[in-house]
Amino acid sequence: MRAPDDTTIKAGQTLLSVEDVSLSFGGVKAIRGVSFDIKKGEIRAIIGPNGAGKTSMLNVINGFYHPQEGQITFKGVKRRKMRPHDAATGGIARTFQNVALFRSMTTLDNIMAGRTLKMHSNFFWQLWRYGPAEREEIEHRHKVEEIIDFLEIEHIRRVPVGRLPYGLQKRVELGRALAMEPELLLLDEPMAGMNLEEKEDMCRYIIDVNNHFGTTIALIEHDMGVVMDLANRVVVLDYGQKIADGTPDEVKANQAVIDAYLGVAH
Amino acid sequence: MLYREAGQFKTNYRADMAVFPILQDRIGVFLILLVAFAVIPFVGSNFFLHAIMIPFLIFALATIGLNILTGYTGLLSLGTGGFMGVGAYACYKLATVFPEVHILVWVVASGFVSAAVGVVFGLPSLRIKGFYLAVATLASQFFLSWCFIRIPWLVNYNVSNAIEVPRRSLFGIAVTGPDATPQARYLVVLTVVVAMTWIASNLVRGRIGRMWMAVRDMDIAAELMGIRLLNTKLLAFAVSSFYCGVAGALLVFLYYGSAEATAFSINQSFAVLSMVIIGGLGSLVGSFMGAALIFTLPILLPHIMAALGIPIQSATAEQISFMVVGALIIFFLIVEPHGLARLWQIAKQKLRVWPYPY
Repeated sequence: MRAPDDTTIKAGQTLLSVEDVSLSFGGVKAIRGVSFDIKKGEIRAIIGPNGAGKTSMLNVINGFYHPQEGQITFKGVKRRKMRPHDAATGGIARTFQNVALFRSMTTLDNIMAGRTLKMHSNFFWQLWRYGPAEREEIEHRHKVEEIIDFLEIEHIRRVPVGRLPYGLQKRVELGRALAMEPELLLLDEPMAGMNLEEKEDMCRYIIDVNNHFGTTIALIEHDMGVVMDLANRVVVLDYGQKIADGTPDEVKANQAVIDAYLGVAH
Repeated sequence: MLYREAGQFKTNYRADMAVFPILQDRIGVFLILLVAFAVIPFVGSNFFLHAIMIPFLIFALATIGLNILTGYTGLLSLGTGGFMGVGAYACYKLATVFPEVHILVWVVASGFVSAAVGVVFGLPSLRIKGFYLAVATLASQFFLSWCFIRIPWLVNYNVSNAIEVPRRSLFGIAVTGPDATPQARYLVVLTVVVAMTWIASNLVRGRIGRMWMAVRDMDIAAELMGIRLLNTKLLAFAVSSFYCGVAGALLVFLYYGSAEATAFSINQSFAVLSMVIIGGLGSLVGSFMGAALIFTLPILLPHIMAALGIPIQSATAEQISFMVVGALIIFFLIVEPHGLARLWQIAKQKLRVWPYPY
């Protein structure tokens, strides 16, 4: 597995930016005029109290929700809204807050499914599982085995993921996202409900992915210790609005953030 | 199990991803095929071949077709009978309009006609799911049934309003029509079913099968991974209807000999659906098991009862088999929703560790 070649955007340049994005469901305003950017190669955390619009923001970025206002620029292409297929082909992968694995498929098949977009042999060859279809299957199996190796999940290769414990499911889900060789990896609470050891493992994988493959990561997480340690920059949302944006230290010292988290008498 | 994979090490992914990675399984399948091709046609009686083996294989093929749609892609369909009918009527039209073309060519071509019809009726599947999709496919079943009855062009304006299968031959041996021997028909059906089962196994184990199962298990995640839902679902409808169409054509040409529209009524849809459920959703082996159980039960029941010393009439046997099948479906839905195929797996697993519990 290696990072996709991209000559147009170098580390440190803006990979994705959202400008003035507003999203509402009927009368409920989930996101109100939020702008921020994600630079290539960084770990960008999105934090905020429950219901602040963090997951909605990720859904906007990978095209599952279409914002009423604003625009999204990804790899220099400005869009009114993303479409899921464009996001996936453009190199945005994600994991979900509630594990969204293909439960009755094995670990191996789940991660292989992550490579669907990279596989191109046509229907005719698929029918006979011969020639290009078989070669491709083996070639991608090699890549998938590298990911399985990387995440240390060799022993559960053939186990249907529905039977796995929660921590391992989260890891398989990360594997499935990595199989897409993403440029931008969206992680929605990758450590929710984990014990300390599992959290430490997951942190190590995230750092490794970022360091070795140069994958840009956008991370939603409630564990502040994790966020402050991992993230290069943090954006804070509250009631759908951006209340702070900056390095972990800046954010920590920001009065609005402290108020949002601790509550304040108005 | 009587055997296990111990000592059979895989040194490449190609061997690891084979259909039957264990040597004993390969031998077993080879033996089954050998018996099916070289022993049964010469040993089996005409009754056994005509009344049990041929329809069993054809229904297994239809069950595989519905399993691709319902078991692998998670789209419930009650239109199987209609799609089988499309295959049968298309094959009849094609074979009578162009009698000089080989009959097997038309059997396959009728599958494509059925696939096209399936895609049209599959279009709503992007927007509706579950029970609502079942109702939509039910509508297609009734619409197609209506077409079979009301459009005399489909049966070349026969006064009987039924398909009357003409005589066609293969290598100079009659395979359809009144003078085709059960042996010849059985071998043709067996060849088609084996070939199409092999193709189905190739599809479901590869990229396309994973796309189908991804859509079934978690369509949102599948979509965000770049799998186009509509294309994937329509492909499932097309392949499924293709299988059902070929099964329908075989059913009329190589089993019934003549058929009216009632042969492709809603009852046929329910029969195939119960084969899928009892055999096992998402299992090709299960499709054969389900078809074997549901189809042979009414035939074998009188014999079993007679052997037990309870003579019953065939009409009673039919009633009893309805009850037994109904009870079996309820039993499987409660106890083992994955059907006979899962029971088979559990049995293998238990035998593997026997005499220990785990």
